[in-house]
Amino acid sequence: MRDVAIIGVGMIPFGRRDEDTLMDMLAYASLKALDDAGLGDKSVDAVYVANMGGGMLQHQSAIASSLVDRLSLLPAAAETIENGPASGASAIKTGLLAVASGYYDTVLVVGGEKMREVTGWRATDFVATMTHPQAEYPYGITLPGMAGMFTRLYMEKYGVTREHLLAISLKNQENGTRNPYAHVEMALDREGIYDSPDAVVNNPVSADPLHLYDLCPVSDGAAAVVLCPLEMAKKFTTKTPIVIAGFGQATDTHTLAERDDPTDLKAVSLAAQKAFAMAKLKPADIDVAELHDAFTILEIAESEHVGFFKKGEGGKAAVKGETKLGGKIPINLSGGLKARGHPVGATGVAQVVDIVWQLRHELPKDRQVKDAKTGLTINFGGFGNNVLCFILRRAA
Amino acid sequence: MPFDMELEAVLRPPQIPMPPYPPKVIILANGKKMVIRQAVREDVPAILKSVHPCLFIERDYYDIVSARLYGELLAWYRYRVKSEYCLLGQVDGYLVGIVNGRLVDEKIGMSYHTLAIDRGLRIGSHLFAAKMEYHMDYMKQDEVLVVAESPIGFRRWMIEYPLEPTKIPHELGGGDSYRLTREIYDLAKPRLVVGERPVSKKLMEEAEKEIKFADDDTIRERIAGLKGR
Repeated sequence: MRDVAIIGVGMIPFGRRDEDTLMDMLAYASLKALDDAGLGDKSVDAVYVANMGGGMLQHQSAIASSLVDRLSLLPAAAETIENGPASGASAIKTGLLAVASGYYDTVLVVGGEKMREVTGWRATDFVATMTHPQAEYPYGITLPGMAGMFTRLYMEKYGVTREHLLAISLKNQENGTRNPYAHVEMALDREGIYDSPDAVVNNPVSADPLHLYDLCPVSDGAAAVVLCPLEMAKKFTTKTPIVIAGFGQATDTHTLAERDDPTDLKAVSLAAQKAFAMAKLKPADIDVAELHDAFTILEIAESEHVGFFKKGEGGKAAVKGETKLGGKIPINLSGGLKARGHPVGATGVAQVVDIVWQLRHELPKDRQVKDAKTGLTINFGGFGNNVLCFILRRAA
Repeated sequence: MPFDMELEAVLRPPQIPMPPYPPKVIILANGKKMVIRQAVREDVPAILKSVHPCLFIERDYYDIVSARLYGELLAWYRYRVKSEYCLLGQVDGYLVGIVNGRLVDEKIGMSYHTLAIDRGLRIGSHLFAAKMEYHMDYMKQDEVLVVAESPIGFRRWMIEYPLEPTKIPHELGGGDSYRLTREIYDLAKPRLVVGERPVSKKLMEEAEKEIKFADDDTIRERIAGLKGR
């Protein structure tokens, strides 16, 4: 198997993009990544498009076929990858395997979603279609509802408090103010969302015990990466190649109720263990991470399940500032899903793009981890029933 | 323009006396303090300067809401509407939101419009709640009739309170009115009506000294989101 490098990345600002179609967004992000890779006027062998909701929200299928034509990348192979909110990482994995195997040399992976075309409750319903069609969905479960129940259990078992969740909200929204690609560029104030009587309106309960600012926004957006064999990277670009040093993927039961311990995110642990084993690294070796904080509790739980902190310590570490820039393990310096936004098909790709920028040392000082050499991402599908982990390394 | 005061007396609708709305201050999610206070007729020209750029924003029906609000405020300024009032939200003196309404009679209120000029901070929710507070707690009315032009308004008023559907036409046209009753208000008040009184002298002076308004581009950016988002 060949080592695979990321030689180009691109992203468009996330948010509400009324003026762009899904195809526009996918095309913009792709062109940025192709230009970044030095492939502006060349084609690629294959294109993998991550998208979860095109069929439901835009009534559009065969999105990858449409994109290769739009980008004049014919006759590149093209597939759309749908794996819920983990579609982005799944598409990168598919590209990674294709290049590592030697079958393709250049692969474009782009993830995108246009969710603001529908009302918030329809978007919530669309995301809820990933729940069990007989055991969960008919009873009205939503992802925020699942996260609320998960949070309550996690609080009881590990002593997580609202202070811990608040630390994640404040940190990630503050990080979002430094990210020009973030959907939400507004810092929150502790008094405004927690300490004052006015917080009852500013930050109402969404899914007890989670409040409004514990949830990510519903976003439009797209992000893209270009992969090639490490040994060919210099042929295309003078930028430092970023190697996909390890990846892991694992699944868990579809329904939360069937898990022995619903607070145990087994798929996160297994995916991370596989990625660390492949990269021959351990959690302490990671310089920066992008975790899937669709809900604040998930950043805490994932930071523990990947091994950055012991169970029950993730929230405390966030309160102490250990996950801020300059801390022990900076997490979600992009703002995470919480502030960068969560266009579901784009998220897994966007996480990798942000880590690539970190490892290339291309970010402004207020967001750049000094001398970052390794980074980790967790893309969390379903409610932890399909999880992918990547470990990226700056090439020597 | 010279007035024919005899004719003017016919054209001007009678006004139902309204008690003043006592100002309050609310801490927003970003930590800024928003003063909500009642506008006086002489404030209208300054308010209209903030409404004007919103006339051209299609997003979320801002154009319709702004055009109607503009007309309603102008009608109040020039004595062509019965018993209208207007409440303002100001942060650091800047106008960030406007609500208005009027009295149908002593017991029934008619909600007009809610325009949030800064978004993402639940300013519209706070101002709408202040409007309902004015009708229920200070004017002691029995009910307020409400319609929404935008899906956001529908979610914030009809669903969040939740308001009661009726078949009563609303004078803005559109769908039938929804109704805020005293019972609904009393149930919703603890989770939707907030704010501290009295407002400090410093904050009140800052708000009353001048209604500051951002330039057109900034207002458009605040409504349509940063960089068009």
